[in-house]
Amino acid sequence: MAGGRGGLPAWARPAVWLGALAPLAAMLWLGVTGGLGANPVQEIQFRTGTAALVLLLVTLAITPVRRFTGWNAIIRLRRLVGLFAFFYVALHAVTYFVFDQSLSPGLILQDVRKHPRVGVGFLAFLLLIPLAVTSTDRMIRRLGGSRWARLHQAIYLIGALSVIHYLMIVKRDIRLPLAYAVGFVLLMAVRVAYRRADERKRTRQAAAAGDPAAAPAPSLDAARAPSRVAG
Amino acid sequence: MLIRRAPDIRPSEITDEEQYLSRREFMVSVAGAGVALAVGAGPLSGQAGRIHGVLAADDDKLTPYADVTHYNNFYEFGTDKESPAELSKGFVTRPWKVKVEGEIAKPGDYDFDDLVKPYQAQEHIYRHRCVEAWSMVIPWLGFPLGELIRRFQPTSRAKFVEFTTLLDPKQMPGQRYDVLPWPYVEALRLDEAMHPLALLVTGVYGKPLPNQNGAPLRLVVPWKYGFKGGKSIVRIRFTATQPQTTWNVAAANEYGFYANVNPEVDHPRWSQARERRIGELFKRKTLMFNGYAEQVASLYAGMDLRKNY
Repeated sequence: MAGGRGGLPAWARPAVWLGALAPLAAMLWLGVTGGLGANPVQEIQFRTGTAALVLLLVTLAITPVRRFTGWNAIIRLRRLVGLFAFFYVALHAVTYFVFDQSLSPGLILQDVRKHPRVGVGFLAFLLLIPLAVTSTDRMIRRLGGSRWARLHQAIYLIGALSVIHYLMIVKRDIRLPLAYAVGFVLLMAVRVAYRRADERKRTRQAAAAGDPAAAPAPSLDAARAPSRVAG
Repeated sequence: MLIRRAPDIRPSEITDEEQYLSRREFMVSVAGAGVALAVGAGPLSGQAGRIHGVLAADDDKLTPYADVTHYNNFYEFGTDKESPAELSKGFVTRPWKVKVEGEIAKPGDYDFDDLVKPYQAQEHIYRHRCVEAWSMVIPWLGFPLGELIRRFQPTSRAKFVEFTTLLDPKQMPGQRYDVLPWPYVEALRLDEAMHPLALLVTGVYGKPLPNQNGAPLRLVVPWKYGFKGGKSIVRIRFTATQPQTTWNVAAANEYGFYANVNPEVDHPRWSQARERRIGELFKRKTLMFNGYAEQVASLYAGMDLRKNY
């Protein structure tokens, strides 16, 4: 693996905590001061959904940023960001279960089955659960790096479902959800471009070495593999 | 389901809006008298100041004035709920002309004040159900649309009434984006328009209508989803054929011409079985025709409400 630009600075982790908790702090503050407007439940659903989506896109941006800057240590922030994304998704889902559906399994199932936008969001929520559960070092060891990495590729599907879910909610003005969808597509495009470049490089190296089996491991897979997180 | 407000209503059950409190005592005293008059076949020209209209059920508290005026769908002033109050601040509603035309004996251009002068605006407390599954209880100030229609004497060809909102992108910044085909057009079948519950509204909470609520003149049809209530009306047109209405043109599979509140017919993307009353955390059941079935169901006798959504 290429050298990279040193480790994680001391401020990096606290910065993620601060940034990721800011939406929650804002909601609590507005809730206490009556600033959530006439329909606070919907406002909370909007804010938790937005925070989840932003953090999800941030996790997807980490590998491209790492490749572009060569700052390898940034990968060690990804799990934290991903878990915060799950945290907001869970809040988002809980407000829906509790306030929209009064915790009635019948109502929830009916809504999920009948309305694609609910089904899409629900599926994204369900898919995210195993990723959160397998985010610990122990689970990574138990699954093994490559199986873990394959499982966590589900994040691409979850990202797609999330932006579609948002696009399906709005009545008419799709500008904002469209911006997130474009962001997601761009991040995916960058990934595909890097992967293609890696494949070309591998082919060239293998050809130079005269032995395809001796080709080095693709660096993107390495990037996707978990790294140990201290603390 | 019409349940009149109990005469011994406690102050806590009513909104805390200050201006409104001063009216409360009066309101309570005449509420009982008003209801019987307002609904059904009774004569609608009540005495000045009478509180008319359907009083919401016992557990229907008035939605606070601040919410009624700061949680608005009025895309001409932006697509989120808060921007209409902000972006409509400088909206000029005087002088205001309303063109009345089409299949009527007396078409013409009317100054707003002249148009509404013959009518005594009265209070009508209605449930208001948005297609987005939230609802309010609002004390509108207005007069039955039917009274105005009678004055203009529709011809025998007139079958529909169409309401057009002002088109003025300079004043209405939302119209600079084509989120909807502008100007906003809504319409009713003539018999729906003649129904005593259908109102032309000029005020709310005893005050002139704020700009963000559709000043100076808007339509309120309490058994239909809120978007049927065209705001800032500049044209009333009587037609022989069903007019093209804005949301129906924008997304015909989601928004029908009738748009009657119906808990059994979902929006394709969300359920209409329940609604969130503004001010409440949990959703409550949505009532057929928004609780006005007794009054309006006969308008749709024999119609397939799944098809005519």
